[in-house]
Amino acid sequence: MIQFDDVTITYAEAAAPTLADVDLVVPEGELCLVVGRTGSGKSTLLRAVNGLVPHFTGGRLTGRVLVDGRDTRTHPPRELADVVGLVGQDPVAGFVTDSVEEELAYSMESLGLAEQVMRRRVEETLDLLGLAELRHRPLATLSGGQQQRVAIGAALTAQPRVLVLDEPTSALDPGAAEEVLAALQRLVHDLGMTILIAEHRLERVVQYADRVVRLVGADRPPLVGEPSSVLAGSPVAPPVVRLGEAAGWRPAPLSVRDARRLAGPLRERLAGLSPAPPPAAPAETLLRASDVVVRYPGTVALRGVSLSVGAGERIALMGRNGSGKSSLLWALQGTGPRHGGRVAVDGMDPADRRPAERRAAVGLVPQQPTDLLYLESVRAECAKADEEAGAVKGSCRELLDRLLPGVPDGSHPRDLSEGQRLALVLAITLTAAPRVVLLDEPTRGLDYPAKERLAESLRTLADQGRAVLLATHDVEFVAEFATRVVVLAEGEVVSDGPVAEVVTSSPVFAPQVAKVLAPQRWLTVREVSDALGEVTA
Amino acid sequence: MDGSPQGQGDSVTRTLHPGAWWLWALSLATAASRTTNPLLLGLIVAVAGYVAVRCRDTTPWASSYGVFLKFGLVVIASRVVFHVLLGGIAGPTVLFTLPRVPLPDWAQGIRIGGPISAEGLVFSLSQGLQLATLLGCVGAANALANPKRLLRSLPAALYEVSVAVVVTMTTAPQLVASAKSVRRARQLRGDSVRGWRAVRTLLVPVIEDALARSLVLAAAMDSRGYGRGAGLSRGARRLTATLVLSGLVGLCVGVYALLDGTSPAVVGLPALAAGLVLAVAGLVVGSRRVGRSRYRRDRWGVRELLVVASGLGAVAAVLLTAALGSSLLGAADLSPATVPLAVPQLPLLPSVGVLLAVLPVFIAPQRESTHA
Repeated sequence: MIQFDDVTITYAEAAAPTLADVDLVVPEGELCLVVGRTGSGKSTLLRAVNGLVPHFTGGRLTGRVLVDGRDTRTHPPRELADVVGLVGQDPVAGFVTDSVEEELAYSMESLGLAEQVMRRRVEETLDLLGLAELRHRPLATLSGGQQQRVAIGAALTAQPRVLVLDEPTSALDPGAAEEVLAALQRLVHDLGMTILIAEHRLERVVQYADRVVRLVGADRPPLVGEPSSVLAGSPVAPPVVRLGEAAGWRPAPLSVRDARRLAGPLRERLAGLSPAPPPAAPAETLLRASDVVVRYPGTVALRGVSLSVGAGERIALMGRNGSGKSSLLWALQGTGPRHGGRVAVDGMDPADRRPAERRAAVGLVPQQPTDLLYLESVRAECAKADEEAGAVKGSCRELLDRLLPGVPDGSHPRDLSEGQRLALVLAITLTAAPRVVLLDEPTRGLDYPAKERLAESLRTLADQGRAVLLATHDVEFVAEFATRVVVLAEGEVVSDGPVAEVVTSSPVFAPQVAKVLAPQRWLTVREVSDALGEVTA
Repeated sequence: MDGSPQGQGDSVTRTLHPGAWWLWALSLATAASRTTNPLLLGLIVAVAGYVAVRCRDTTPWASSYGVFLKFGLVVIASRVVFHVLLGGIAGPTVLFTLPRVPLPDWAQGIRIGGPISAEGLVFSLSQGLQLATLLGCVGAANALANPKRLLRSLPAALYEVSVAVVVTMTTAPQLVASAKSVRRARQLRGDSVRGWRAVRTLLVPVIEDALARSLVLAAAMDSRGYGRGAGLSRGARRLTATLVLSGLVGLCVGVYALLDGTSPAVVGLPALAAGLVLAVAGLVVGSRRVGRSRYRRDRWGVRELLVVASGLGAVAAVLLTAALGSSLLGAADLSPATVPLAVPQLPLLPSVGVLLAVLPVFIAPQRESTHA
């Protein structure tokens, strides 16, 4: 169905090709997963399938890409619209109309289908993706998972033979991600559709994949094959695969179910051991919030949230999209609105202080870190940050090097990778030396090694006596990073406790290792391998 | 599917064609443009407002009606303030006198300060009210029919233009949202930048974000078949453009002549008609080659015609009264004299005509909440 013959793609003004010597055949009815580090060319590969690369992006493509027998060289994306449906990373940015039904019909209108055909297919798609209830709703009022399903539906109505999805679950909470993946499953199994997915959060999708394409850098051709063989030894592998490696299982299991079947002996070996005890209760409270209320026109985002944050704590704030996580972070920092309750940092309310003093007390890295950046180079941003914080020259650069060495001084912040950009903004925030650091969804777009680095940096910050509070959907990251988890629902705290207690008690928030080794309370591969290492040593 | 039982059943519940609402509202606006009688203007605002509140959707854009009304009040207020400051109509009933600012000889026509007469105030009030009424009518149309839906029912030849307008309309609120979040984020850096640099800290991320968004949208539209097979031949394109452009010029001349009471009626109607014919011809020529179809096309039915007719009734009553000049029908009351001041009377025929425009309340589908 999809065929890449010796494809090399070089963008204009790039010194080296982004993808080199790709030979790939994806037969009909397969779900093929594209994995690789950030910047390894996953999006380029996906966008080459419907001809956006190079027709839309420019650059040079040698070799040949065939989709359903059509050569993308002679067919621009619009002429492939009836064969390939493409769903981008941010569904909202790709919406052309503003209501569900119209969005579903848009591609068909472009194809010039008859009205009866359109009516029928819209109805079918509404049913297939469980969107019938939402048909008249404006797109802006839908939740993230619903928007993603509409975006998939909008691609489906043209009845393409191939569906290409770029990180379809990266912005979604675990429940919404399940919703989307279940819909994709149904497409492969019931309709025999060919699906190509790129995803960083492998733990969510790898068990559904028939084939994995692992991009290993532009100088070598990608590895293509069975998921378990391709992922073995890869730095980008879900925890269940790495657990399998640590335990010596061959072939590596891909799903929690497979792993649980193999895990009996491992559980026995671990039976007498226990994970490192949680750190002692913090000696000093840095931030105390009580009964925080935040309202927006028509909704109440927070209904009286109380929280105290101690020095050295690493807290993960979890909950569905729209449960009030961001509102809480902004209210704690003092810049966002707060309509009730009290927040005290060092005995002072940050909202009463001037912005410069506020950031010296509580630092916040927002969901869109780029909102903070406006200069042309990393060097200029760092110098500006020193000036803003009244810090010694070079402080920001030093912090950045400690967080992530090797971010080039002369680069434009927009050209950095997601991980580098996040490190830059975190360094800028830390230059003001706040003792409480808040981060809103920092793991979006980060691959496993980048997430590990981030967890490591944040751990170091906490060990220096700071408190780190971050909002995230990423249960695996929470297992690596957090000492304590606070779950919000409908603007209220529904649970608050040590990480092991909170996440193992909920099937939605449990990391893979915990699911495999339940009822034992192991959360990460590192804990398990450390414990096993102690036994053998 | 036209005429099938399903099609008819559909027409009972579906919303009216947006074009019908816009024509209805523009008719009322035209009627308002030909009178300065505050009573009649008030009646028009009341009729438009009543229909808007009774028939509007529960969609986000429907709530923008209040914004239009507030804007109308601002217009009235500013018209009066300008009159007080700069003067205008002088009259015998001087209410108060502002100190006059002496101006050099070359500014003879302009006066700042001076005596303020009741006649002048009434005149500026009714002028302001007229503008506010026009705004009220447009606001009602906006609340009753999403302008985006109206653009969707444009002829296929104008498809590219309508998509561009729709995308722009979507981008504007996004720009506002993006500017808000960047402003907030700036405080996270201490908000220490002032002056021109501060503008820059706001503009750079907002514009970069808008550019990135539009690129994503363009890629999405391309992948979804936008512009597919829309290759018009050069000759056809030129013919279309010529026809449409000259048609639009004709329409503008015609509309201007109709709205401006001083130009002869001989110019207005024929120019309007000729413009209409040319524009329609151009659109038909252009649309023939576009390989697109429409999902749930808005259709014209009896109810649409009735809605438009009720609006046209209002404007016809006003125009007819003005043309006949009959005092029985109330021609003199269309523009009540301000020097000397007189208590305005409701002109008979125009009032009846404007009241006719309430008709949509009885024929348009009601909001669901009014059923319950």
